[in-house]
Amino acid sequence: MSETIKITYREALKAGIREALFNDERVFLMGEDVGRYGGAFAVSKGLLEEFGEDRIMDVPLSEAGFVGAGIGASLAGLKPIVEVMTVNFAMLPMDQIANNAATLLHMSGGQLNVPVVIRMSAGIGKQLAAQHSHSWEPLFAHIPGLIVVSVGTHEDARGMLSTALNSPDPVIIFEYTSMLNMEAEIPADSGPTDISRAKIRREGKDISIITYGIGVYKALEAAKRLSEQGIDAEVIDLRVLRPLDEDCFIKSVSKTHRALLVEEAWSTINVSSEVSARIMEKAFYELDAPVKRLGGIEVPIPYPLHLENASVPQVEDIENAVIKILRP
Amino acid sequence: MTEFLMPSLGADMEAGTLVEWKKKPGDQLKPGDIIAEVETQKGLIEIEVFEAGILEDYLIEEGDKVPVGAPMAKLKSEGTPGKIPEKDSETHPIQEKEQATESEGPVPSDSISEETSSKEKSSEEKHRIKASPLARSIAEKNNVDLTSLTGTGEGGAITKADVEQAMAGEKETPKQSPETTAVKDTVEKKAEQETPSKQVMEPPAPSSKPGQQESIRAAVAAAMSRSNREIPHYYLEKKIDMLAAMSWLKDTNRQREISGRLLPAVLFIKAVAKAIDSTPALNAVWDNGLQLKNEVNIGFVISLRAGGLLVPAIRNADTKNVDEIMTALNDMIPRARALKLRSSELSDSTITITSLGENGAEKVFGVIYPPQVAIVGFGSIVNEPLVHDGMLAVRPVLHVTLAGDHRATDGLTGSRFLEALNNHLQNPEKL
Amino acid sequence: MTREEIQSAIFELLKKTAPDTDPTSLKPDENIREALNIDSFDALQFLVALNEKLGIDIPEEDYGKTATLGSLTDYLEEKSQ
Repeated sequence: MSETIKITYREALKAGIREALFNDERVFLMGEDVGRYGGAFAVSKGLLEEFGEDRIMDVPLSEAGFVGAGIGASLAGLKPIVEVMTVNFAMLPMDQIANNAATLLHMSGGQLNVPVVIRMSAGIGKQLAAQHSHSWEPLFAHIPGLIVVSVGTHEDARGMLSTALNSPDPVIIFEYTSMLNMEAEIPADSGPTDISRAKIRREGKDISIITYGIGVYKALEAAKRLSEQGIDAEVIDLRVLRPLDEDCFIKSVSKTHRALLVEEAWSTINVSSEVSARIMEKAFYELDAPVKRLGGIEVPIPYPLHLENASVPQVEDIENAVIKILRP
Repeated sequence: MTEFLMPSLGADMEAGTLVEWKKKPGDQLKPGDIIAEVETQKGLIEIEVFEAGILEDYLIEEGDKVPVGAPMAKLKSEGTPGKIPEKDSETHPIQEKEQATESEGPVPSDSISEETSSKEKSSEEKHRIKASPLARSIAEKNNVDLTSLTGTGEGGAITKADVEQAMAGEKETPKQSPETTAVKDTVEKKAEQETPSKQVMEPPAPSSKPGQQESIRAAVAAAMSRSNREIPHYYLEKKIDMLAAMSWLKDTNRQREISGRLLPAVLFIKAVAKAIDSTPALNAVWDNGLQLKNEVNIGFVISLRAGGLLVPAIRNADTKNVDEIMTALNDMIPRARALKLRSSELSDSTITITSLGENGAEKVFGVIYPPQVAIVGFGSIVNEPLVHDGMLAVRPVLHVTLAGDHRATDGLTGSRFLEALNNHLQNPEKL
Repeated sequence: MTREEIQSAIFELLKKTAPDTDPTSLKPDENIREALNIDSFDALQFLVALNEKLGIDIPEEDYGKTATLGSLTDYLEEKSQ
């Protein structure tokens, strides 16, 4: 057993950025308050002092402007890490992302790669109310030309960035504000994350819980509780939301014959919708029960804590849903 | 040009397997001709055509299993000298006819009380039986009959575990369910016994595949489960003095050759057909509401020696005389026992009769065959003390029961029906 | 017609009526219909077939004499004389 270290999600993200900055001098971080302030969520605290203004770049409050600048820099051969403070502001540079980053390879007849990496903090759980509590992964996962990944664990918080930077195509990374202070043990030598593959976080034979992001630890906790009741749940962290690692979850469902899809995004046309559809297409005859989705309640996310909690799936919800599928 | 489509032989059938073409391309067809034999749960069914025309070409081959409504052959209709572009005619003419048949049952088909066949079942049940796709595919591979299983999944759906449990319980080779094998064994044994002395004695159902009985059992199970689940039954019973009827029958039969003699069941059938006149609400189906039927097609329960029932209908029993009804029984019962009914005998009957015959139980409380709304049960006729004209006498007594669908009718209707039935049986010569 | 011929005709026709049974194992005083589980319709068919095969008419009032293998054989033997 290799050595483990205890680390917060925030520190893991920062370690990933530091590693990237060390390993490749074309890499630089740009975003609102990432430098002097140390990042809105203190992820990049201290990096300005360590790497200097050329590598850690504060930008004006104009997402359309600086995301566009990042895309331009990547076209020119640099490896920018663009931080959009939170996904709530991501509609402003959507034109740059959807119409430039995602299409230029195609529009240029294959001449122009856009190796930009855009990090966004997302999700709910900090009582930030309706305008700052978005789970917009599905909006981005809808767009061909983008690679969309979701950081559901500490290991991936550290390992995803370097792989993303090696991608010749634009990568959108979703990180989760509510997980920043969470501590976890990870292998001291945990390396780069393969962002083309989903990851089975827990093996099981009775049901596949397919999730990503904040759902991963919740599903693992639910699986732990379920195992005490004799239910052996498999937990799949989709990790990459576009392009989906279909093989992984089709294989899993073919083994367990049941699937519960969990995510915080609103249920209508979310990632689970797509996963569910593919299960129907590819594994219909393996199903022993209807596929069930647990998604966000379709309301603007409320401010009061109890209502906020009620608006997305919790551990108990996952647990109950699994029991309902297996022991109707 | 039109297409001849796989007909629906009862509301529950979804597919049939073509066993044999009975007509060749170029053959002239007239309504009522048997064009093909199709394997269904009820056995080999002879399929009739309803339009005159010429068989142009086969669209499926012998051995093919196709869903209800699938084209089986191309026909050139008479009177449409091929001028109509193919597109226009496509499937509609016959399809419409078939559909009409299915819902109202004009020409083809009479009854049959159960659903589907083991193979056909797999697809048929999709609409009626709740089972997971996995359970279905395992069941299909292993010949497990889903209709016989109770689901433990969501909403009572049959799951993999249910199918596997059924298989484990049966301790069988994966290819065949036990009952199938059992039937097959006896058939084979019979075949062995018979070959040496070429005697006579065919097995009753040489045409039936092994598993047929089993699928009939399963179909009975499904239909009766549905009935008990969905239909709020009410029950009435009436004691009928059968002296007049039995005397009349005795007199009549005395004058007849043995082959022309009548069974009491003929009187029951005829009396029911006449009694319906006064209570037409019992001659109906329940399909989101009561739908009265114009024809009186009496389903007659025929029990099979190996277990299970078939319920072919005696069509228009109200317009047939007792001899015609006896002829119909003589024709139908042996074929039903050999699992060889015609498509025209396989539509929906409008009311069912179950008769236990002599020496049986004295009363039978039937389970309605959905979507019908009534079943009349005849017990065996026994001598009982009966008050007649203020005097106690020993008379032949028949206990008749009526199970009615309480959604469709009330006890008063049923009571009127039994009273009318009694009146008709008191005047057997008028039946 | 010998008694053996009559019995063999009975067995043959019973086997046809109830193929899943062994009529030859019937005891002489056993009720045929009960033993072989034959309903009223098949019973009538059986008698019709006997009539056709042996040319012996069986009036309805004599049905009672056809209940067991022994009585049926006796009855037919007597009538065939």
